[in-house]
Amino acid sequence: MSSETKQILTTDGIPLEVSLKKAEKKNKIKAFLLVAPLLFFLIITYVFPIGDMLLRSIDDKMVTQMLPKTFKAMENWDGQELPDEEVFAAFHEDFIKLVEDKREGKLSTQLNYTKNGFKSIIKKLRRASKKFEEGNYKEQIMSVHKRWADVEYWRAIQRRAPEFTGQKYLKGMDMYVNEEGKIVSVEEDRRIHRVLWLRTLEIAFFVTVFCFLMAYPIAHLLATLPMKYSNLLMICVLLPFWTSLLVRTASWMILLQQQGIVNDFFVGIGLVTDDNRPEMMYNKTGSYVAMTQILLPFMVLPLYSVMKTISPSLMRAGKSLGGTPFVAFWKVYFPLTIPGIGAGCLLVFILAIGYYITPALVGGASGTLISNQIAFHMKSTLDWSFASAMGLMLLSGVLVIYWLYNKIVGIDNIKLG
Amino acid sequence: MVSKKDFVKFDKVDKSYDGKVLVVKDLQLDIAEGEFITMLGPSGSGKTTCLMMLAGFETPTNGEIYLDGKAISSIPPHKRGIGMVFQNYALFPHMTVYENLAFPLKVRKIPRDEADKKIDKALSMVSLQGFAARMPGQLSGGQQQRVAVARSLVFDPQLVLMDEPLGALDKNLRESMQYEIKHIHESIGVTVVYVTHDQSEALTMSNRIAVFNDGKVQQLSSPDELYEKPVNSFVAEFIGENNTFGGEVSDISGGKCKVKLGNTEILANPISVKGKGERTTVSLRPERALINPSTKMDNLHKGKIEEVIYHGDHTRLRINLLGNPEFILKVPNSSSNLDIKLGNEINIGWNSDDARALDPK
Repeated sequence: MSSETKQILTTDGIPLEVSLKKAEKKNKIKAFLLVAPLLFFLIITYVFPIGDMLLRSIDDKMVTQMLPKTFKAMENWDGQELPDEEVFAAFHEDFIKLVEDKREGKLSTQLNYTKNGFKSIIKKLRRASKKFEEGNYKEQIMSVHKRWADVEYWRAIQRRAPEFTGQKYLKGMDMYVNEEGKIVSVEEDRRIHRVLWLRTLEIAFFVTVFCFLMAYPIAHLLATLPMKYSNLLMICVLLPFWTSLLVRTASWMILLQQQGIVNDFFVGIGLVTDDNRPEMMYNKTGSYVAMTQILLPFMVLPLYSVMKTISPSLMRAGKSLGGTPFVAFWKVYFPLTIPGIGAGCLLVFILAIGYYITPALVGGASGTLISNQIAFHMKSTLDWSFASAMGLMLLSGVLVIYWLYNKIVGIDNIKLG
Repeated sequence: MVSKKDFVKFDKVDKSYDGKVLVVKDLQLDIAEGEFITMLGPSGSGKTTCLMMLAGFETPTNGEIYLDGKAISSIPPHKRGIGMVFQNYALFPHMTVYENLAFPLKVRKIPRDEADKKIDKALSMVSLQGFAARMPGQLSGGQQQRVAVARSLVFDPQLVLMDEPLGALDKNLRESMQYEIKHIHESIGVTVVYVTHDQSEALTMSNRIAVFNDGKVQQLSSPDELYEKPVNSFVAEFIGENNTFGGEVSDISGGKCKVKLGNTEILANPISVKGKGERTTVSLRPERALINPSTKMDNLHKGKIEEVIYHGDHTRLRINLLGNPEFILKVPNSSSNLDIKLGNEINIGWNSDDARALDPK
């Protein structure tokens, strides 16, 4: 039909599309202005910090800027034999400047991350450099300590030349780039992060399972009980929500400690003997118990909101058609709650995987998670780039789970209320 | 087929939810095999409770229900083999139409090919062939309703319960579905217990209607009898339109009674009045009263036309008659031009047989 291809005009002769755009422009501007504060807020509080974290985690400019001339001179060095006098002279020049600024200590810390043994030889070099004569720096530096004559240490310095590095990420997985430039794992007794990652996943997984098992009946009760009882139950579910996280964790400490209420009860009913009280805190058990209790509402609420929408007549229909109560539940009710299960599990798992305060207080050595390690590097070692790298690994882990969930269940199937 | 008179039997059934109020009081009801029986009543009259007790979702507080001679109070719902159509269809939203219909067959472990045949048959019965792969959400209200009916019949139950199944449909669709359900019932001869609060639905579809009020069956009879011969003023009021006069019986003799309304008297048919001096409500259907009757009628009174409402095929008149300003009269528009103008005084006559003197309201 020709009328379809013809441009449609309004009564004033303006093309309809133009007219429509004009009419909607005002609304669009209004809508944008309404969203603008939130957008601005998100950029400042979310996009910017995460971007900064990403940069920080791969930033390795510090050493690059401390030894500019050395790295320039090293460009022609093939790394096979000891570098020649030109490199040593440049290194000497950079080093004197660092000593004047009193920054050689930082250099030694940084280089020590790459290869152990730099700390002492830099200290020695500083003392010796005061008496250095002009010229032939190679001989003079090499004579300070035998490691300065070891080509391995010069290669270690060269490895710090690039401005950006992925080393922190490797370190987060207990791996590093060795002298030959290959990615290898650290020795078995020094692998601490992998254990933590696995433990974090394990605890998050089981906390999610426990939460699910406990929340499902509660949510079902909430959705089916008459109003006056369900309101009371809802308050019981939400009450811990309104209590400070720290207070709740502390109260678990009172309950779970060896002389605590739970243990007293066990002894009281003769389950354990008094001198054989089980340790339920400062280990995984503590983390499991406290985290499950704290994260329970996050499972109950999405489940409840989904169950609330399931008409009781569906179960009745299932039964009247001949399904046993179990069949009616399993074939009719349960599939309809999957969106709520998905939402709840995803929520609890993601919260659990980054949990910090509770495992720090009741987890002890065997119950701490990767986020405690991140906090440790933020506060104690001040290795912020490593903390950032692990933070981002955690974030990408969450994104991978989200992606998997979307593949398997479909994100449209999520229902938070 | 030899049909049993008491295929379903409610025997002295009481039901109370809170131990204070009886929702169903001493219910005695027999339903014959192959019958289409409707429980009709206002909301809260106990009709849905009766249905739920029959389906097994509620237990009688007292008394027993028999299905085909067996007491069923202790049988759980899934073993009763009763088909049910719910108020909001209760189709399983995560299953296709096919899977919805296959559900009762699967739990009965009916082989796949036999099940397929049954499903085809059930779908063609409600003329929904070709819809098997659709999800319930993709169907219109009327189609969902038909799927629900098909699902309740697919496993060949002897008894099907329907709980206000047409309540959510619009008027036209509701009417066509009424006929469809009636025809399905006639063609397969299943026993149907139908619950509704819509009297026209009940009158169109049922063999018998049980009118519920206040937890009791007020009258159980065929639609025409229910309309023509209501046994009490609740039924008369609830079914169809009704003109009432409240008065006192002044004389009973020879199958007729005189009822005194203020300073006039009318003749009526004594249904639930026994003697002189009793209060009564006289009930008269609008179409039983005529204007200027040509034949002799034993009641003839003058009334003033208060309102004229045109209804297409007929005209309704509101008349102030014998102190009742709400007296309604239906005049077919084909009838010869009567002098029906607002404010006119006209003669209205009716037979005393049609004026039923019932219990006082």
